[in-house]
Amino acid sequence: MSKSVLIADDEPNIVISLEFLLEQAGYRIRVAHDGQEALEAIQRQPPDLVLLDVMMPNLSGYDLCQKIRENPAWQHMRIVMLTAKGREVEVSKGLALGADAYITKPFSTQELLAQVRDLLADR
Amino acid sequence: MRPWLAFALRLAGLCALAGGLLGLVGLLLWLDLTVVERDLLQAMLVGRGALLVLLGLLLLAVLGALLQLWHSAYPAAAKRLEEEVGIIHRVNPQHRVAIGGAKPMRRLGHALNDFAAAYDAQRQDVEGRIAQTNARLEQEKNRLAALMSELAQSVLVCNVEGRILLYNPQASQLLEGREAGAVGLGRSLFGILDQRLISHGLETLRQGLEQGASPVAHFVTAHATQLLRARMVPVLGQPGELIGFVLILEDVTQSVELASRREHLLRQLTEGSRAALGNIRAAAETLQQYPEMDATHRQRFGEVIRDEAERLSLSLEQGLARHGDQPGGQWPLEEMLATDLLCALQRNFSTTLGLSVRCQDSGEPLWLSLDSYSLVQALTQVMDALAVACAIHAVDLKLSTVGRFARLALCWAGEPLEPGLLHQWEERALSLGGTDPAGCTLKDLLERHGGELWSQADRGSGHNCLCLQLPITLPHPAAPAPVLQGRPVYYDFDLFSQPGQTPELDERPLRELAYTVFDTETTGLAPSEGDEIISIGAVRIVNARLLKQECFEQLVDPRRSIPRASQQVHGLSPQMLAGQPTIERVLPLFQRFAEDTVLVAHNAAFDMRFLQLKEAQTGIRFIQPVLDTLLLSALVHPGHAPDEHRLEQIAARLGVSVIGRHTALGDAMVTGEVFLKLIPLLAERGIHTLRQAREASRKTCYSKLEY
Repeated sequence: MSKSVLIADDEPNIVISLEFLLEQAGYRIRVAHDGQEALEAIQRQPPDLVLLDVMMPNLSGYDLCQKIRENPAWQHMRIVMLTAKGREVEVSKGLALGADAYITKPFSTQELLAQVRDLLADR
Repeated sequence: MRPWLAFALRLAGLCALAGGLLGLVGLLLWLDLTVVERDLLQAMLVGRGALLVLLGLLLLAVLGALLQLWHSAYPAAAKRLEEEVGIIHRVNPQHRVAIGGAKPMRRLGHALNDFAAAYDAQRQDVEGRIAQTNARLEQEKNRLAALMSELAQSVLVCNVEGRILLYNPQASQLLEGREAGAVGLGRSLFGILDQRLISHGLETLRQGLEQGASPVAHFVTAHATQLLRARMVPVLGQPGELIGFVLILEDVTQSVELASRREHLLRQLTEGSRAALGNIRAAAETLQQYPEMDATHRQRFGEVIRDEAERLSLSLEQGLARHGDQPGGQWPLEEMLATDLLCALQRNFSTTLGLSVRCQDSGEPLWLSLDSYSLVQALTQVMDALAVACAIHAVDLKLSTVGRFARLALCWAGEPLEPGLLHQWEERALSLGGTDPAGCTLKDLLERHGGELWSQADRGSGHNCLCLQLPITLPHPAAPAPVLQGRPVYYDFDLFSQPGQTPELDERPLRELAYTVFDTETTGLAPSEGDEIISIGAVRIVNARLLKQECFEQLVDPRRSIPRASQQVHGLSPQMLAGQPTIERVLPLFQRFAEDTVLVAHNAAFDMRFLQLKEAQTGIRFIQPVLDTLLLSALVHPGHAPDEHRLEQIAARLGVSVIGRHTALGDAMVTGEVFLKLIPLLAERGIHTLRQAREASRKTCYSKLEY
């Protein structure tokens, strides 16, 4: 069975590319448009990997990341943070909160795909 | 004991002794005589009683004269010498003792004068050197004042209590704003700037000094509508302890505003562009990667690219057009060891919040760039809220290094913290008491520090922590700061010892009172027989200094003739007095001049009598305490004859030069200087306060003189 990926981002213009690319790469994709929706989607069915935008309404990417890591059942879920906040301290915060990778916009789609592939291959 | 009483007692004693000896000789002679001889002697004496009494009186006179000679040659001369030596060493070193009395006393007098001459020479030498040093200090002080007034920055020098000892015009201009006169010597800086900031700065300086560094404290504070950047430098006393500080202020309102606008624009352009660029890049790369994509998708990606490119242009235009006006950016940060921050937090948490705090420190020196006051205050507020929200009583502070960040973790066991709550706290305005412009939030503060704050929980073990991550800075090598030790002090400490307006005037030391020393010239010596005041002169004494520029001088039209004899004394002719105001007009002016001071005059009873006689006529009463230099002089030098307590004699004795004698103001000046010289002499006799001076004056015999 193919791996499932949840894209949590409130910007449709990036979601469309991510969704297309990851589908082409053979993953099962679900999309959530804000933090709260993403949390509910995870609770319904935990994905293998979450692509998480930091700046989201309702529940920020950091908060969602923290909630995921606080739940022992979700310890193996991979988290890739995507953000327009490129300062080092923010990267460090994301990693401290338990993200597996932190990708700053703008990014190369190839690198993103490679990163996702690597993270999911570990399992 | 009074001199005449001592003399009388001595004479009586001498007579008793002589009488006793004669009586004893007579008695022995009488007992030795036979009856016949006794009868013979009786017969010889009977009828010669008058002669015997005469002989007795003669003996008495001889004894008296001898005693008088001895008395003036020894005890009186010794007493005078004692007083005059007192004058030499306490008041007028140029005074020389009068040579008198017996030969040994005269020799003693000469010896004393020789000694006084040597003493005077030495004293003049010392005084010359002191004057030289003072002149040099004065010169340095003037140079400093000139330098300070030329500085563009505002400079204030304060003692550790925050009292202003020195300031330049720029400082008063910068700080006064709405309330003029707020900046002044001896005034408290705490009325102008936040006391907590200054205390925090002083604490930083003290800690730095303890560690042997040359500390400088920085802070930024809002004053009215301005944002001030302050630099605090310690002023050290002789043993190296902190006795004050120099505060250099700079108005950074505009530069901070400018810098923060620039910063805001920069952030808007970078972070705002990241997302859009990311979207365009992803879409473009996808299009390129899948050339055989269906038309619907192709169109969608095309739209994304156009859409984002348009958004990007718009945001660029807007960003350049609109400037952010949030403060931030240029905030000055000071270098601080992470360990010191940890200690400050520990102290604050345990003292203000009553938490039990443990510290875990890796021990390596981590330098941070901090606005330490604001950060500590803000974290204490967060800790306060956290303790309430999660029922925390004990907290562990852990310090670790993560890459080029220092991570400070506040750890506790028990309830975890809801992230939402932390966001609320981050958005809440901090109450830092004037440090920050209103509305500064924890988030702003963290942004300024380039820091991040988050909470983490391990629900399994129940260990929670709040993490603060701050960038580590490389420590600057401490600049070889100028050594401030022993910096000369350029201020007037009298400002601090000035007493408040206490009603107990009587109990205050003579040195500290304000006086009006005055003198009058009159048409004659009999006020009750129609003599009038023709001139009043007065000068003030404040803080034991004669203020020659604060004087009162007024001629008065007496509305009567002026006797020729009195004209010779004061030199005022009727022509000079014609057209002058009358006493009814002059007294209110003089009363205002003398308000709230103690009156001083030489032979004050005479002048006061004239003033009192005008009471009914003018309605002006002088009810303040009065001191009389004549009485005070007699109190200090009781051995001198009454005519030696005239103003000229006292002045000469005390080394006061007399100029303008017999003008009211001239005499008032001389009286004032005499009075100042008398104060230490009175103190030698245990007379320190106004009450003691008044009571002692009352007892001196001259106070019985009536006019």
